[in-house]
Amino acid sequence: MANWIGGDQKLPQGRLILVSYMVVLGILLLLLGFWKLQIVQSGHFADLAEKNQVRSIPIIAPRGKILDRYGRVLVDNYPSFSILLLRDDPAQIKKDLPQITAGLGITSADLEEQLAEARAEPKFQPLIVKPVASDADLAFVESHRIDLPELELMMVQRRKYPPDDFLAHVIGYVGEVSPEQLAQAGGNRYKPGDIVGKAGLEREYNDILTGTDGMRRMVVNSVGKPVRTLDDTEPIPGKPIQLTIDADMQRVAEQELAGKIGAIVALNPQNGEILAMASHPAFDPNDFSIRISGKEWRALNDDPDKPLLNRAIQAQLAPGSVFKILESVGMLESGVPPPDFHVFCPGYGMFYGQLRHDWDPKGHGEVDLHKAIVHSCDIFFYNVGMRMGIDKISYYASALGLGKLTGIDLPSEEPGLVPSSEWVERVYHHPWYPGSTISLAIGQGPIEVTPIQLVRSVSGIAMGGVFYQPHLLKDLSPVKVVHFPISENTVEQVTDGMYGVVNEAGGTGQFGLAVLKQAKLQNIQFCGKTGTAQTISAKGLLRLSAAERKNYRYNTWFVGFAPKRNPKIAVVVLVQGSALEAGGVAAPIAARFVEAYYQKKLGQPIQELEAKTTLQKTTVPTPSAKVVSAERN
Amino acid sequence: MAERRHSFEIDWWLLTIVMLICLVGLLEIYSSTHGGPLHGMQWKQLIWIGIGFAGMLALSRIDYSGLLDQTPLLYILSIAALAVALVVGSKHFGARRWIEVLGFNLQVSELVKLIIIIVLARYFSEVRTDRLTLADLVKIGVLVGIPAGLILLQPDLGTAMMLVPVAIVGAFLAGIDWKHAAGVLALGAVVAVVGWHGHFLKPYQKQRLATFLNPEQSPRGAGYQILQSEIAVGSGGFWGKGFGKGSQNQLGFVPVRYSDFILAALAEEQGFFGVLIIMLLYLALLLRLVDNAQKAKDRAGMYLVMGVAAIFAFQVLVNAGMVIGYMPVTGVPLPFMSYGGSSTIFGFLALGLVMNVRTKRFVN
Repeated sequence: MANWIGGDQKLPQGRLILVSYMVVLGILLLLLGFWKLQIVQSGHFADLAEKNQVRSIPIIAPRGKILDRYGRVLVDNYPSFSILLLRDDPAQIKKDLPQITAGLGITSADLEEQLAEARAEPKFQPLIVKPVASDADLAFVESHRIDLPELELMMVQRRKYPPDDFLAHVIGYVGEVSPEQLAQAGGNRYKPGDIVGKAGLEREYNDILTGTDGMRRMVVNSVGKPVRTLDDTEPIPGKPIQLTIDADMQRVAEQELAGKIGAIVALNPQNGEILAMASHPAFDPNDFSIRISGKEWRALNDDPDKPLLNRAIQAQLAPGSVFKILESVGMLESGVPPPDFHVFCPGYGMFYGQLRHDWDPKGHGEVDLHKAIVHSCDIFFYNVGMRMGIDKISYYASALGLGKLTGIDLPSEEPGLVPSSEWVERVYHHPWYPGSTISLAIGQGPIEVTPIQLVRSVSGIAMGGVFYQPHLLKDLSPVKVVHFPISENTVEQVTDGMYGVVNEAGGTGQFGLAVLKQAKLQNIQFCGKTGTAQTISAKGLLRLSAAERKNYRYNTWFVGFAPKRNPKIAVVVLVQGSALEAGGVAAPIAARFVEAYYQKKLGQPIQELEAKTTLQKTTVPTPSAKVVSAERN
Repeated sequence: MAERRHSFEIDWWLLTIVMLICLVGLLEIYSSTHGGPLHGMQWKQLIWIGIGFAGMLALSRIDYSGLLDQTPLLYILSIAALAVALVVGSKHFGARRWIEVLGFNLQVSELVKLIIIIVLARYFSEVRTDRLTLADLVKIGVLVGIPAGLILLQPDLGTAMMLVPVAIVGAFLAGIDWKHAAGVLALGAVVAVVGWHGHFLKPYQKQRLATFLNPEQSPRGAGYQILQSEIAVGSGGFWGKGFGKGSQNQLGFVPVRYSDFILAALAEEQGFFGVLIIMLLYLALLLRLVDNAQKAKDRAGMYLVMGVAAIFAFQVLVNAGMVIGYMPVTGVPLPFMSYGGSSTIFGFLALGLVMNVRTKRFVN
């Protein structure tokens, strides 16, 4: 037997026991380590485990639809996918950034900027890196589930606006909530990337249209693949809004403005409901429904024709001769000058040492109020203005609704301006020049009104001094009403004059009558007033030669209503930069619009739309079968 | 002969403890893999246990003095096998450590561990002094260093390191001058530093060690494994989330949850309570081994048993420490619990050695 095996060998028992103690100590230390993790820090790790496996994806609530007064769908939604970047793991994102930007075709500078902006937000809030994913983008995300688990798809509902810029200014558009809106709203009303109304009704009624987003919580495995859905918090869809707009009348208005720069607003004087509101040129809100590119935005903003401007409520222009209606009301109501006031118009006159011309160099002869309105005699109203004085004119103009907001339910309405001696002293620190009163008397000079103000004002006068808040929401409640009682006699005289404008020989709105006669609608008692405002000062105009003056362009107005008593429809037409005066441009448009209104009312085919059936087919918005209604995935 | 009468002596206590650990392992392997493409793994593990058990019975019948006689040959054979594995061995998971035997891919280094236990047992038992001399230490260093170096080349840092505690425990039992001990420690430190800055460690090994120091830094990198393991353990709490209900485990966040990180899976699903039970089982296993060593007939037998105990203790310490983030990820499995053919068979063969020594104690 070999020498290493021997029973006589003594074992180092002490050291073996020492080893046992070491073993016990080692196991105890391990248990201590487990204790620390499983008992002391258990909550912390439970949180981490929860975050590991649970992924929250918002379920976007569809916005409410926008319907016309008969319930026809004007604005709908369609489903689309957005690509989200989950931000739980900044190191991973940093590493994957080149792959993500290359795969989705976005610049890394953009993405880094977005990430920097979102830094203050809670990490579980994902970032929308691509609002509208193409098929290629979807394929990219799906095929990189394992190596790019931070990318996630989210179904969203996008706005589908009518084609051909239909009702664009009224509807407005949506866009991503801006940092200012975020800060302003405060709390957790919005989160970055939320879609909110930015303009028009989308903005005005954002709170109604916006639903409450839901949340889907999913269990994901270690490679980010969803294993099962934990729970869904159902989104609450936004509520639809029904408008006072009649899509047919809107179509007529827009067709009338095609190729022109201007606006049309039509409303019901009995309640302030707006039937049509068009402004041209317009824009395509669909361009905004995703994320408008800086280039497109600049193009729209820099366009000299200002397509983003809703001229119906934002164009602030001199009313021209339409102002004579308000002045007539002031004259009759104040008795200065007396109702039977009349002048002889030779075609010119001296006022405060200044020679002033009538628009008609031949003059109008003996003129009383009725004839002055019908023929739009400047000399008569110069005299009236001189007698009334600035403060009376200003008082009545303001009381009848000019120079202040009408309260229409649209954002960004402009107030316009009615000058007064007090205003001039406050702003220019000099007394009112009486000569300015003469210009003001025919709606020129430093007076600025919007189309919506004019139509509301004239409607109110025709209604005997009841001014309804113009509005677009059918169920708006309460509709504010301003009462400025006007005597029956005043209403009668003024509306008679306006009837004469259209219906009497020599009236400035005779072109309108021709239109109505053709349509055999001459018995509808269409009343109105033309207005032509020079886009250059009177002095400037004098410097031009006669030939040049002829080519000079005007802002032309027509404000009309029908019938004469208790009017049901009032319409204002503004055409900017026309070579023709109001009687030749704005009046026929207004007449054709009123014609269409009555054709529709009488159940006749609307000739204007019939004549352009091909256009109508492609442009009248109806609920399309292709539009999948708000369904959740 | 008396030897024949007592030729086979089973340590029932030891076997019961080991079987309980195996059972816990099988259940947790089932829990970790039943829902995925790896389902049915517990049956494979059961086969490994069966093979290991047979190996244990066979080894316990061979007279260990005969094995000790053959140490030079065994040592040379094992070095040769390691070299062959390096050159022609099939590559799994990026490491050349397998040789195909009888249709099974066997990890040569596991067998080498057994042989090193035997070689060192013989060396230590031949030391007649109370203290190891410096020459002894150098010889031990060389004896362990050559196979450890070859295993490191495969590369398999975990297994290579497992040889070291056999030498350390043996040296401690044989008696070591504290100056020498300090010197060995210093040398170890130098080797560690040189190993780190030289090119002896593979990048993934370096990364594992580096991220072990700061796992939160890169959750998706190598530190991800440690962090996910800690989350699994920590979120288990005291009572655990229940069998088959650990989200970290079931959703695949815990890396190799059926093998190296099986303790994390257990800790998540059975909580601290489950960890306590399994740790007490390991404590019982180790103390029972020490008990067997104390009752060994001779020093060689004691060194054999303590060599086995040293490896098991090292594995438990390093594996459990890794799972809770106290140790780097080095690929050291938990004996009898982690899924794996080679390590399971090694465990049972090592037990066979122990049984062998036990049988001998009645022989005179």
